[in-house]
Amino acid sequence: MDSSQLLGITTFTYMFSTILYVAILVFKAPKLGGIATIFTAVAWFVQTAGLVLRWIESYQMGIGHAPLTNMYESVVFFAWTIILLYLLIEWKFKTKIIGAFAVPFAFLAMAYASFSTELSKAISPLVPALQSNWLIAHVVTCFVGYAAFAVAAALGIMYLLKSKSPETNEAATSLSSRFPSPAVIDDIIHKTMVFGFIWLTGGIITGAIWANSAWGTYWSWDPKETWSLITWFFYAIILHARYTRGWSGTKIALLAIFGFVSVLFTYYGVNFLLSGLHSYGSN
Amino acid sequence: MTLFTQIWDFFSSVKLAIFTLCTLAATSIIGTIIPQGEPSAFYVKNFGAQTAHFFQVLDIPNMYYSWWFLGLLGTLSANLIICSLDRFPAVWKIVTADNLAVTPERVEKMSNCSKWEFATDKHKQINVAELLKKNGWTASSKKIGNNELFFSQKSAWSRIGVYIVHTSILLIFVGAIIGHFFGFKGSVMVPEMGSTQKVFAYKDAGSLELGFELRCNSFAIEFYDNGMPKEYKSSLTVLEKGQEVLTKEIEVNSPLTYKGITFYQSSYQGYQDFLLNITESNSGESKQFTLPFQKQMTWEEKNLQFGIVNAEAVGQRVVRSKVWFKSGENPASIEWINDNSKTTFTGGTKEYTVSAKQMYATGLQVAKDPGVWVVYIGCCVMLLGLYIAFFMSHQRIWLYKNNDSSVPQLWLSGSANKNKMGFAKVLSELKKCIDQAVQR
Repeated sequence: MDSSQLLGITTFTYMFSTILYVAILVFKAPKLGGIATIFTAVAWFVQTAGLVLRWIESYQMGIGHAPLTNMYESVVFFAWTIILLYLLIEWKFKTKIIGAFAVPFAFLAMAYASFSTELSKAISPLVPALQSNWLIAHVVTCFVGYAAFAVAAALGIMYLLKSKSPETNEAATSLSSRFPSPAVIDDIIHKTMVFGFIWLTGGIITGAIWANSAWGTYWSWDPKETWSLITWFFYAIILHARYTRGWSGTKIALLAIFGFVSVLFTYYGVNFLLSGLHSYGSN
Repeated sequence: MTLFTQIWDFFSSVKLAIFTLCTLAATSIIGTIIPQGEPSAFYVKNFGAQTAHFFQVLDIPNMYYSWWFLGLLGTLSANLIICSLDRFPAVWKIVTADNLAVTPERVEKMSNCSKWEFATDKHKQINVAELLKKNGWTASSKKIGNNELFFSQKSAWSRIGVYIVHTSILLIFVGAIIGHFFGFKGSVMVPEMGSTQKVFAYKDAGSLELGFELRCNSFAIEFYDNGMPKEYKSSLTVLEKGQEVLTKEIEVNSPLTYKGITFYQSSYQGYQDFLLNITESNSGESKQFTLPFQKQMTWEEKNLQFGIVNAEAVGQRVVRSKVWFKSGENPASIEWINDNSKTTFTGGTKEYTVSAKQMYATGLQVAKDPGVWVVYIGCCVMLLGLYIAFFMSHQRIWLYKNNDSSVPQLWLSGSANKNKMGFAKVLSELKKCIDQAVQR
């Protein structure tokens, strides 16, 4: 059993998790709840094993490094963090409905990692610039942030479905009637966004410190840096709108979705559409 | 309204903050799409003369340092300072307020006020202070006639978290300004065995005196089996008045710092010259020569003649070279040796170990930034401030023992400035405990 097999299995298990969570929602089958959670947790452990194995394999190849160094590895880690955060939220807020919105993000990420022909899945050695202890700190902080924003966007979609579903439409009403109350969704959106914001801040800071130890400049307005700052500004604006203008509900839900678009561009778009220091992340 | 208060109100408004942040976010996009720092011909070629002229007027090729972008950052700073000065006194008043001065009527009017009534005189047995303490609330109290008001709060100072974050942003700006005025960024190419006392500054393209001498002892590139570069290494020595004071092997991510100036491995350049090292095996005597390609040289004392007659290169990088070697009147020999490895030539009775390598210059980034620690402190303060601002809330509870009413009553109210849902749970826990105490 090697890491690529385990990660391949993960793609399908997350797909099945998605189906289970959607089934709970659509077929009003709360009994499936326990199964969905256990299944997702097992899938997450399989993925964890896959990541650890990939790490070990890199050492066996004599080029040992954490599996966080190219686009493929980062997408896999992104999925891993989303599931971890989701399971924590499910445990803390005692609701399984969010799974139908958050788990698909992890599934899509894994599917993209597994089936895209653009991404190289090979374990490759590290170029000199990436050989630093800051690598793990920087990537982990950024991706915890990204994953939190992904979950916030999932919750945003959920909120919009809940608030937009017309009372007359019975099917839709009955579907969204099993969602948590809008106030609860709004609260969790806010909390995940705040959580993500702190980790994004940490990600930018660790990146700046790393850049300073590698190149002697903590900030060089490279497109990746600039986009991470744009995303940071965006969430700072949302948080100010909430705290000082009392924005909540639909507005915040929409902004959580737009914010995630900015995150996706920072993470993915910059590597493929713009050039810069992070270009090694593009293969 | 005076002009001063108008200006003050303008700079302290949240509207301005949101406007500035939006503008900064939106305009920052421009510089990620239009390449920065290219020569003006580049913009003419790619965008046409007219657009390029327009770019020049707005400083687009260097937009993050343009007057208008720095102006936006300045506006943000002024906004941060003035809005913090404007709001802080009121917040400080809340932090230090005497909450026992609150009237019982206000406790009753709070939206989450709960009441318990006592048919008997059981209320006299309930020790409110102890009950609160059990739930993690240390209360102070005040007698109001026959009645008693209890108050307890948690993390009152967390209200200043947001100002800590604002201060941290200003600290980072201060650090950047210190770096700009008291530091420099530059680069230099130092050939192997060569040294420099100057570097070339980016800002004004002039040269800067280091105040000491930096020598490159050697430069090497290591490769992985698949041909990818594994490490760029330079051995550097700092000399003060000809005396060696510090030697360090630097790599990417592992620079050398001396007197506040840091040297980073950033690039290299291959020469057509070779470095040849000859060691006489018997005596151990050794000498290094800088040898131009296909030129003959001699080591007079040993009567040796040698040269590089051919070389095989991958791109700019020599992988092996053909060494021609002649000792005295003995016949010359020729041998291919891999870059940076050794071979042995015999000349009559003597043996010579010869190593050859292509000569390189190491490319160093040079930076002096006395503001960087201020920036780092700002970053730490920011994380701390964000944690306080978002994860801690000022929670306050009031308990009022009302003995004046016809039936003795107990009132409970509370408020939190953040995470109201979390506080509602805390409050309901407390209510349960009071329920139990009342029923017991």
